[in-house]
Amino acid sequence: MFPPIPNPSVDPAAAKPRFGEKDIMRRSASEVTPPAERLTEVAKLIDISKCIGCKACQSACLEWNQLHEEIGFNHGVYTNPMDLTANTFTLMRFTEWVNPQTDNLEWLIRKDGCMHCEDPGCLKACPSPGAIVQYSNGIVDFIHENCIGCGYCIKGCPFDIPRMSKADNTVYKCTLCSDRVAVGQGPACQKACPTQAIVFGTKAEMKDWADFRIKDLKTRGFDNAGLYDPQGVGGTHVMYVLPHADQPSIYANLPDDPHISPIVQAWKGATKYVGLAVMGFAAAAGLLHYVVAGPNKVTEEDEENAERLTEGRTAPPPSPPSEPPSRGRTP
Amino acid sequence: MTNSWTDIKNTDLAIIMGGNAAEAHPCGFKWVTEAKANRGAKLIVVDPRYNRSAAVADYYAPIRQGTDIAFLLGVINQCIINDKVLWDYVKPFTNATFVVKEGFEYHDGLFTGYDEEKRDYDRSTWDYQIGDDGYAVVDETLANPRCVWNLLKEHVAAYTPEVVERICGTPKDKFLKVAEMIGECSAPNKIMTSMYALGWTQHSKGAQNIRCMAMLQLILGNIGMRGGGVNALRGHSNIQGLTDLGLLSNLIPGYLNIPKDSEPDFATYMSTRGFKPLRPNQMSYWQNYRKFFVSFMKSMFGNAATAENEWAYNYLPKLDVPQYDILLAFERMKQGKMNLYFCQGFNPLQAFPNKAKLAEALAKLKLLVIMDPLETETARFWENHGDFNQADPASIQTEVIQLPTTCFAEDEGALVNSGRWLQWHWAGGSPPGEAQHDSWIMAQIFLRLRDLYRKEGGAFPDPIVNLNWAYQDPGEPTPAELAREMNGSALVDVFDPNDPTKRLLEGGKQLSGFGQLRDDGTTASGCWLFTGSFTEAGNMMARRDNSDPGDTGAYLNWAFAWPANRRILYNRASCDLDGKPWDPSRKLIEWNGQKWTGYDVPDIAPTANPREVGPFIMNPEGTGRLFARTMMREGPFPVHYEPFESAVANVIAPKVRGNPAARVFADDWKQFADIGDPAFPYAGTTYRLTEHFHYWTKNNHVNSVLQPEQFVEISEELAKEKGIELGGWVRVWSKRGSLFAKAVVTKRIKPMTIDGKTVHVVGVPIHWGFVGAARKGFPANVLTPFVGDANIQTPEYKAFMVNIEPSTGPVA
Amino acid sequence: MNMELSRRTFLKTSGAGIAGTTLGAFGFSEAEAAVAAAVKPFRLVNTTETRNTCTYCSVACGIILYSKGDLRKGEKANIVHIEGDADHPTNRGTLCPKGAALLDIVKSETRLTRPMLRKAGSDRFEPISWDAALDKIARAMKDDRDANFIPTNEAGVTVNRWLTAGFLAASATTNETAFATYKVVRATGILAFDNQARV
Repeated sequence: MFPPIPNPSVDPAAAKPRFGEKDIMRRSASEVTPPAERLTEVAKLIDISKCIGCKACQSACLEWNQLHEEIGFNHGVYTNPMDLTANTFTLMRFTEWVNPQTDNLEWLIRKDGCMHCEDPGCLKACPSPGAIVQYSNGIVDFIHENCIGCGYCIKGCPFDIPRMSKADNTVYKCTLCSDRVAVGQGPACQKACPTQAIVFGTKAEMKDWADFRIKDLKTRGFDNAGLYDPQGVGGTHVMYVLPHADQPSIYANLPDDPHISPIVQAWKGATKYVGLAVMGFAAAAGLLHYVVAGPNKVTEEDEENAERLTEGRTAPPPSPPSEPPSRGRTP
Repeated sequence: MTNSWTDIKNTDLAIIMGGNAAEAHPCGFKWVTEAKANRGAKLIVVDPRYNRSAAVADYYAPIRQGTDIAFLLGVINQCIINDKVLWDYVKPFTNATFVVKEGFEYHDGLFTGYDEEKRDYDRSTWDYQIGDDGYAVVDETLANPRCVWNLLKEHVAAYTPEVVERICGTPKDKFLKVAEMIGECSAPNKIMTSMYALGWTQHSKGAQNIRCMAMLQLILGNIGMRGGGVNALRGHSNIQGLTDLGLLSNLIPGYLNIPKDSEPDFATYMSTRGFKPLRPNQMSYWQNYRKFFVSFMKSMFGNAATAENEWAYNYLPKLDVPQYDILLAFERMKQGKMNLYFCQGFNPLQAFPNKAKLAEALAKLKLLVIMDPLETETARFWENHGDFNQADPASIQTEVIQLPTTCFAEDEGALVNSGRWLQWHWAGGSPPGEAQHDSWIMAQIFLRLRDLYRKEGGAFPDPIVNLNWAYQDPGEPTPAELAREMNGSALVDVFDPNDPTKRLLEGGKQLSGFGQLRDDGTTASGCWLFTGSFTEAGNMMARRDNSDPGDTGAYLNWAFAWPANRRILYNRASCDLDGKPWDPSRKLIEWNGQKWTGYDVPDIAPTANPREVGPFIMNPEGTGRLFARTMMREGPFPVHYEPFESAVANVIAPKVRGNPAARVFADDWKQFADIGDPAFPYAGTTYRLTEHFHYWTKNNHVNSVLQPEQFVEISEELAKEKGIELGGWVRVWSKRGSLFAKAVVTKRIKPMTIDGKTVHVVGVPIHWGFVGAARKGFPANVLTPFVGDANIQTPEYKAFMVNIEPSTGPVA
Repeated sequence: MNMELSRRTFLKTSGAGIAGTTLGAFGFSEAEAAVAAAVKPFRLVNTTETRNTCTYCSVACGIILYSKGDLRKGEKANIVHIEGDADHPTNRGTLCPKGAALLDIVKSETRLTRPMLRKAGSDRFEPISWDAALDKIARAMKDDRDANFIPTNEAGVTVNRWLTAGFLAASATTNETAFATYKVVRATGILAFDNQARV
């Protein structure tokens, strides 16, 4: 058993966050001075071979984060809701798969949610200063006060995770329970997980634990068992142990080799936010909203427009807006 | 459970059959995943559906619902044929060597003594031959053909792999693979654990399903072992406690019996409860029955229970039938023979079979009293909800009083878990509105009733006016007061009869163990099994030391386990005849030459010589029973009987319909589909989903999000045959009722071939109703038959016949 | 009796050769802990903890109720969160999808909050006071018991049973409630007494 993390303390002294502003390694549409010393990287490891699909993770996530998901319908499958939403940060996806080698049915159940990429496409795509931050422990968090609801992070995510809230037009996703991790706890989903299919610790520990699990799986005939820590996004702070690591996509379309979209890559870097600063916030948001919400796919033309907008500008990065954006969430 | 949840980590092989632990008990199932991860243990799942447990199993075998006995007797047969028997365990520790009386026979599905009209047996031949010395005759050489072992061998020979496949639909190769994996656990250092729940109990022969596994585990030498045992994964948080406390028609706390009409006085009652040992030197612990009974009566009636009035024996009601179980109660209600009914945290309109019959019965009551933290369908059975609950309120004269109670978070006390741990908890929240504790409500009703009897007199007021109710606030006994009362105390100073200067017990002090109980009225104990739980040292149930010396999973200082804080029942059997552990790496206790020592409280007298005293101390034989004597209504060996509704006749005994000893009411026979009835061609079964708890969590938003709407599960093949679409509406009906649900079409259910015939399974989760947060739906009991297990009347919820068609959904 | 606030963390006894997370030594920059504008404050701070047991199945997972207000100080207590108890030997802090949403059942919109009466032939419940409800119940029991009590059977044997009333006991109540219930029900001579052991 992976030893449980001790119960949280309710004492204010013990509940002081152990990381924060100073540990921000990346900040959307902003340039930050990286912390001199990086925090130990954390990771959540999801072992699919131990997952019983009970949805305790979904339940605990809704409760801890006080999210109000709608009561939906049955659509002929166990998955519910049918997709991630602005309130469902994590979702069990069920796939019935007949292994062509053994002809045995395998019920593949994958807990979907933010992977907390080392190289986060959402953050890189985000045009709003400080709406997405990455702490040096690897957690990628959305700061809703700064979100302008453009949805560009959704396009930027190689795993299709963030979701726009219809209630406040800002985008939501798993925070890795940064409020819990900050006081030495694991995320709510990890704490709840009945079979320890989800464990949490430093990334190094999680890799060791994954090795231990993979060895066990190999003794049970899963010759291709392995760790999913995709290097195309610099590795992730949510990793999977996959019994069939040679075919990630059988697990409800987990990307075989995820990369940040070239379009986002084109937007990334100083050129993007420099241009936006000059344009003014609202205009930039409008354009980006068109880029994202207009055509389904960003066209070459859009890209050219965007390139033109930002061409040749070299002004310093903007500071965060002094007033919350009009479409920001009420605190 | 014979063992505990945390003990499962010690197993080599977990078999989940008759349950779905990953789905229904996820946090307990963790210990299976631990055994797998750390010991390389394997998990087998045998179930009609490839379920959530199967999703993480090493081996899955399908089985048609209601045929577990055929499967397990088939496994026993394989063990015998292939000599997968731990002989050094079976010979001394089971009744394999006992010689059965002449006259006992088995033919064509029936044992000696069957009376077809009464649907019952004369069981007088189902017993051992008794020798001139007064003890049961045994033959350690097993040469005597009347030895239990030889009768068993003959009995199970019919269950060949081919017959198992014909009955169960389990492909022969899969059956043999499971039998082989199980057989390996006959080695002294290989242990299997059995985890079952309602998948075994909710059949007309449920108790025999479990007996099969108990017999198998005895043959493999897995009872009493760490990582072994037969483990009932109980459903409700304190259903173990309520059963221990005898809140059943025929029980007194601690598994004592309510008297029968044939026991007019205490002496007659005790005459069949001597529990004289059947072999020399055996403990036969039930010999203490009288102490437990008298102490209980002192707890109930205090000074009104005296030697002169036979400890108030007549204050107890007597039974004229084996039990007034739920099915009989509703049958009588329907016949207009009941006027007043109380439902305390219970929703019978959803929970018992044949909803239409239940609603008809409830409408004949004068007064229905509901005590519940939540709205229930039962409280609103008179309310019209269209297809979901057809009712005409104006025509229903039943008065309903609905009383709001607290829930767990607002209440203090102990719950008994599956592993028999009594764990204390504390209240953390204020009750909503005017909600009150159930104990307050019971006290308030009692005080009012007692006042009425004191003032007015009436029918036999004695047990009411003399009920021991000496609580500081009679209007609300505290949990601590009640817990102390159940534990029991010495009523007066008790001195050693051999040495009157030696005080054995001090009057007014709590007892520390049931060994101190006496049959002379000097001790009181509400439930002897709980003695030791609240002693002079304090509330043992509130202990929270989670250390675990030896890493055995016992946790002896965490809470309290009955009996006597013992964590693994029959743990004496974890050692051989010399008292040495069968598997030293899994030592639990051992004999050091003078006494038993180890990690658990020994389930044997501390100084009982292992070569003299058998490990099954509650049985007069001192052994486990492969042959159940007269204890089971339908026979001393299990027999495969088809469910009362079935696609096929019984392959083993074609003339026998259902369980021949099960009680069936006349009206209910008419509501059974005939065997092979083409109008009801599909094998229905009901079950729970991990997202919901019975009919509670549909009141809860989050769980309603996770599983919002009623569905049934069918195979892709059946969907294709019937034109049913994934996620489309279907109607499912039995001879008793009909429901609408969405269709989950899945590869996890496959058609089965049963005796040459294709049988499709229709799976019906149970959780929906017409009140709550989730979408309105139908309880599964609109479909299920009104018949119970022959011994304990658990309804046959798991196997019945239905039809299905595509539909446009219900009309609200 | 108050809960014990013992915090016995499990020893690192994993057979896996891995000692578990070094969360305490995550390398968090302790010195600069005060600045945390970006991370939401931990919402259990200054709540009262109470040890309890999950109300659902018989695994009996340990849970901690986090409340605003403390019953032990005579205050009203409002439960704001429920989480698994990591010190519990069986569940080690984990909970299933039902247990993880226990707060929702405590706070369910369909919790009953006052006694109600549905009169014969009525299509609705109407409020009734506790006193009136309990008096009515006791009266109904007395009248029915007096009318239908069976002191002896046909053979003249004393049987002292009351068959026109029945009682279903709750299997999520405590032993203590169950025992109080047992005493009252048995004393009346009711035989149709049952619980949820079979369903």
